[in-house]
Amino acid sequence: MPESKKTFSIKGMHCASCVVLLERALKQVSGISQANVNLATEKATVVYDPQIVSDVHLKEAVAGAGYQAMLGQDTATVDEEQLEKQKELRDLKIKVIVSLVLGGLILWGSFPGLAKTAPIFLQNFLVQLLLALPVQFWAGFGFYRAAISSLKHRSANMDTLVAMGTTVAFGYSTFVTLMPAVVQRAGIEAMPYFDVSTIIIGLILLGRYFEARAKAGTSEAIKKLIGLQAKTARVVRNGQETDIPLGQVMIGDIIRVRPGEKIPVDGVIIEGESSVDESMVTGESIPTDKAKGDNVVGATINKTGTFTFTAAKVGEQTMLAQIIKLVQEAQGSKAPIQRIADLISSYFVPIVIMLAVATFVLWYNFGPVDQGILLAILNTVAVLIIACPCAMGLATPTAIMVGTGKGAEHGILIKDAASLETAHKINTIVFDKTGTLTVGKPEVTDIISVNNLKSEELLRLAASIEKGSEHSLAEAIVKKAEGEKLTPSKVEGFQAIAGHGVEGNIDGKKIYFGNRRLMEREKIVIGSEQNNQIIKLENDGKTVMALAADGVLVGLIAVADVVKDTAKDGLAALKALGIESVMITGDNERTASAIAVKLGISRVLAEVLPDQKEAEVKKIQAEGKVVAMVGDGINDAPALAAADVGIAMGSGTDVAIEAADITLINKDLRSVAAAIVLSKKTMRTIKMNLFWAFAYNIILIPVAMGALYPLFHILLNPIFASVAMASSSVSVVSNSLLLKRKKII
Amino acid sequence: MQPNSIIVTVVGVGIIIFIYWFFLMKKEKAVTAGDVVDIVVDGGYSPSVISIAQGKITTLQFTRKDPSSCLEEVLIPEFKIRKFLPLNQTVSIELKPEKAGEYEFVCGMNMFHGKLIVK
Repeated sequence: MPESKKTFSIKGMHCASCVVLLERALKQVSGISQANVNLATEKATVVYDPQIVSDVHLKEAVAGAGYQAMLGQDTATVDEEQLEKQKELRDLKIKVIVSLVLGGLILWGSFPGLAKTAPIFLQNFLVQLLLALPVQFWAGFGFYRAAISSLKHRSANMDTLVAMGTTVAFGYSTFVTLMPAVVQRAGIEAMPYFDVSTIIIGLILLGRYFEARAKAGTSEAIKKLIGLQAKTARVVRNGQETDIPLGQVMIGDIIRVRPGEKIPVDGVIIEGESSVDESMVTGESIPTDKAKGDNVVGATINKTGTFTFTAAKVGEQTMLAQIIKLVQEAQGSKAPIQRIADLISSYFVPIVIMLAVATFVLWYNFGPVDQGILLAILNTVAVLIIACPCAMGLATPTAIMVGTGKGAEHGILIKDAASLETAHKINTIVFDKTGTLTVGKPEVTDIISVNNLKSEELLRLAASIEKGSEHSLAEAIVKKAEGEKLTPSKVEGFQAIAGHGVEGNIDGKKIYFGNRRLMEREKIVIGSEQNNQIIKLENDGKTVMALAADGVLVGLIAVADVVKDTAKDGLAALKALGIESVMITGDNERTASAIAVKLGISRVLAEVLPDQKEAEVKKIQAEGKVVAMVGDGINDAPALAAADVGIAMGSGTDVAIEAADITLINKDLRSVAAAIVLSKKTMRTIKMNLFWAFAYNIILIPVAMGALYPLFHILLNPIFASVAMASSSVSVVSNSLLLKRKKII
Repeated sequence: MQPNSIIVTVVGVGIIIFIYWFFLMKKEKAVTAGDVVDIVVDGGYSPSVISIAQGKITTLQFTRKDPSSCLEEVLIPEFKIRKFLPLNQTVSIELKPEKAGEYEFVCGMNMFHGKLIVK
């Protein structure tokens, strides 16, 4: 087991001796190989074996030395994030109100026509300057701060543009107010534009306010998942029940859960029975009945009965924690479609600044003689203000966040943004039959003896030889024999023949048990009557196995697997999307076709040996198809990895399916189509967002520069530019949020 | 052309060239990291180009000092990491790069960039 490393804060440290004390205390914990404590950062870093050491051990060791370990940083970060967001929103709100009120007063006092109705003092330029000052340097302080610190890194962003634009407007206005004579001498009316600088700041901050609120909505899914966690667990220790915080539950603890309570961690029921609502974690809508020996999943809700269970997975190992981790990882990954936006946004701001300078020069040189400098200044400001790199930066990630979050709510876990992107191109889906389209628990349906052998004896022989096999069909036969209380014989020389069956010696007879291929290989004759029986059974979708003793066929056993309830609807949904479904199976052609017909699948790949599945997937890809493979994630790992998108049906609490790009933890086949619909809708949102963000900048920057002036005499007022800018990034985020309302299933 | 037009044009072109040089022609030297690298987030990332060892755990400790919401998140897409950086607090991110190459880290809106060079 590889070692893990963890860094956490420690409260209560004050001197160098604390360091020694803490390091010693931590090193004494078995399983910790290294411990370093830093007084300056008040942090401890430990290297440990995660199998032995849990957060509880670390906390206890630190507490034992008289300090407090601040573990569980992730949940803390979410709270902190929320607090910080709330504070940010409050600050923004005040700044927006102050800026817009002051800006409104200035506008009233300076807008042609409107100014006559304003009190005289508002028309005074000096008063306007005094009103504009707090907006520029208090409300707008954030722009300056960010602009200056990024200039130190020789980089520029949104704030740089706003700071430059409003400074130009404010600076010119101040100059005009304090030294009107200089401007008048140049033949220009001494008219300040404090309304422009203040209202732009107010509106851009208002845009930020809405954007911050909308952005909080994009990460809601993760917050919801984290919120699902139970706070406490009722642990039975030394015969006594005590409620303890969730973080202190350890593997092996016995936990009691009463009706209506949340199951705190993952485990196995040891006593009692109940029905459990798992919809919040797995997306499975119908409550499941649970009894002794069944697995329970943390954060799901116990409905009816009381039971006790042993904790099997705690902390980061629980299914919920793994789902959260998977969704977080997907949200941190990058969709390939984003590359172009990335490339452009890294050059965007400097290019806009260059365009703004060019605008000034062009208008100064070629603008109308009487107001060249005025229009040069206003248009420069408009260019700086209208450019909106944020919309480009937000277009893809916000949609990916909402999309992956929505998937998780429906039990569809997407590994990364790239998988979500590829999924919308899928046109062929290969389904593994057993365990994916069918329940995977075959049952014996027919026992046909040949040569007067009793059917119990036939079943007993088959069960005896199959006892050593790991095949799912073997399990059905052994179970059936156990049900009929038959005693198996000892098998000698057992051997499994992949894709064929098994062989061995029982009571001195050489036994072969397997499919037609095995019989042909061993040159065992199948009579025409039996042949007809086999064909009939196979046409019913049953898998038939023949048993031969000493070279003679003695019987047939048919086994059938139940098709999943959701299979038919799931496949119909895919058909409606125009996607071809292919069934792949080791079964013979006839059995496979019978099931395929029932499900409406037209293409069947039968008699495929397990190690050939990957090659079959590649063959379909070679036809130019974009292929998804749906399997149970265990036997199908190579085929899942070979497909363009590997979709695993999650089983039990095992969600860490490495080979799969998408995991369906609800095991519902309708979710395959839902995942593709989700991908299509997310991609549509991303494309709309990107189109909007690009078109906005490509069209409005030239307009702000004055491209429409020569023909139509249209210029963009900087105040309108700020309205457009503020609404463009808000609309991109809002469009992503609309994904939440889209129906996928 | 009037003399003032010539001056404005020359100065304007000069500023454009300066902006191009200042923002787009910067070259940053890579800082070679030990086990732990402290990265200050303030109008960008410093250091922004960091050379780290392949196959070894390196801890990146981000401390955000800039209240601008642009920098509130850091993403390392190739490692599927998206972390919120609370103001004036250190957030540790552990990486164990298995492959050599260059990996970007960016802010949530993709305006600020840094680079990890794995050798």
